Amino acid sequence: MEILVCVKRVPDTAENEIVVNGKGTDIERGDLVYSVNEWDNYAVEEAIQIRDRVGGSVTVVTVGDGDSEEILRREMAMGADKGILLSDDAFNGSDGRGIASILKSEIEKGKYDLILTGAQADDGAAQVGGMLAAMLDMPYASLVNKIETGSGNTIGIGREIEGGNQEMSEIDLPCVLSIQTGINEPRYVGIRGIRKVASVEIPVHGAGDLGIAAGSVGAAGAKVKRVDYFVPPAGEGAEILEGSSDEIAEKLIELLKSKGGIK
Amino acid sequence: MTQPIFAYITHKNGVADDSALELIVAAKKIDPSAPVTAIVCGDGAELDAVCTAMAAVYPEVWKVSSPALAYPNAEVVRGVLVNLLPAGAVTLAPHDTFGMDLSPGLSVKLNAAFVPDVVGIEGVDGVTLKAVRQEFGGQVSTHIHCDMASGVVLNIRSGVFQADDSKASGAVVDKSGQAGDCKAKRRFIEVVAAEVGDVDITKSDVLVSVGRGIEEQENISIAQELADAIGAVVSCSRPIVDAKWLEKARQVGTSGKTVKPKVYIALGISGSFQHMGGLKGNPFIVAINKNSKAPIFQVADIGVVLDLLEFVPELTEKIKEMK
Repeated sequence: MEILVCVKRVPDTAENEIVVNGKGTDIERGDLVYSVNEWDNYAVEEAIQIRDRVGGSVTVVTVGDGDSEEILRREMAMGADKGILLSDDAFNGSDGRGIASILKSEIEKGKYDLILTGAQADDGAAQVGGMLAAMLDMPYASLVNKIETGSGNTIGIGREIEGGNQEMSEIDLPCVLSIQTGINEPRYVGIRGIRKVASVEIPVHGAGDLGIAAGSVGAAGAKVKRVDYFVPPAGEGAEILEGSSDEIAEKLIELLKSKGGIK
Repeated sequence: MTQPIFAYITHKNGVADDSALELIVAAKKIDPSAPVTAIVCGDGAELDAVCTAMAAVYPEVWKVSSPALAYPNAEVVRGVLVNLLPAGAVTLAPHDTFGMDLSPGLSVKLNAAFVPDVVGIEGVDGVTLKAVRQEFGGQVSTHIHCDMASGVVLNIRSGVFQADDSKASGAVVDKSGQAGDCKAKRRFIEVVAAEVGDVDITKSDVLVSVGRGIEEQENISIAQELADAIGAVVSCSRPIVDAKWLEKARQVGTSGKTVKPKVYIALGISGSFQHMGGLKGNPFIVAINKNSKAPIFQVADIGVVLDLLEFVPELTEKIKEMK
């Protein structure tokens, strides 16, 4: 099975506090630790497991600048066979639909049976996979937490729905699936693994290579624009207990007692 | 604004989801005077019951009936909506597991803009819709300007727009004939119910809940010891289940259990809306998190900004001494 996984380089929110810059034009990115989007990492692991089961290859692709190459190498160190970087100044400022149409142009240059994305990324939009499927006229399923490969031209999938229930369906190939965390346990990538793929060439495709008209993507083509970043004025919010940890513990115990939190 | 507004109604067992009453409130923020049409897809008596209920809220209800719509398969529903919706439609759907499945592709097929997970609507200026979203797990918000000249699909976060007393005596219009063939390349088979764990977190008045801030599997014992000391049960947020440190049955959130404790002690939980969506009944919330920017502090009653790995064992000791 020929599998393509769309990945994104994002600030690692488990490692960072996200702070809006002085003008509200962006978040402070100077000290951020970046990594591959967590959902995408599960998607790549799933793709590798499917390939190891039924054969084929796994390609990882991203839309980004030169810095995004490092996450492609990381996913190749996990076991992906190929990486493709889609990079062009004309892509800057794309909205979700712009990103999807850039990916679509690359996908149409190849032949893939299965296209995976993470269920969502740092902006919480959960949109690129579904848009991509519609553009490619392929069936789509979001929040997939189980994939069963068979022999025919369909696969079995489970979607995570409300209450932790699982919706089982059958879907025709080729298709686009967005992958939910927890579907597998992504393998650890050591520094040695990354060294092994350090010199593998990663092709870079720009707007010209993909036949994308200037103005159809990027900020010029975006119908949806982020105007600013802000932190909403805190409502009442939590009463933050102050003092030494000893004092805080004592105050907290009194509060818990009064609310029936200590039996 | 002259663009027609539609609300997609999700329902189960003949009862509309809470979002049905929230979408009309969101729609009025876009255009207070526009008549909003509810679209209800389904089959049989359950569909009729939902249509009747919606006609008491929405001025018009479009009913789409087909055996293929008995279970809400977004791949089928999307095709139906593409056939029914007029050019330039403003379409609202809930940002839940169905809306996330339906709407991104719907916007492409309608050549409309798409704004997911909307938490605020500030109005319309010409053809520009002004909305508010959140990024980075709710740590920051953003103002969005959206060109809705050729229509827009909005996925609305549940619980943000409070249901009002919207009343109508709307007409139910049967649109089944224009729905198309209701075929899709994805076929629903069955729903597998969530596994039942050895502990029922929904039955406990006091929950000690752990999130990513617990850092290591062995640190779960820190939460368990506090829970033992105060007579609570340990629950958790999604990353703990993904890491397989605790069973799925202990997860609080929209994709886990809905709980109604009296006291909820959140240890190292950032407080994403998916997590908070599983916490009902207005409990007394204590948040212990070393990140003072964590969104949980917006909703908690009491906050402790300290490293839980150091503070919680100290707290547990004090409680044991006191007893």
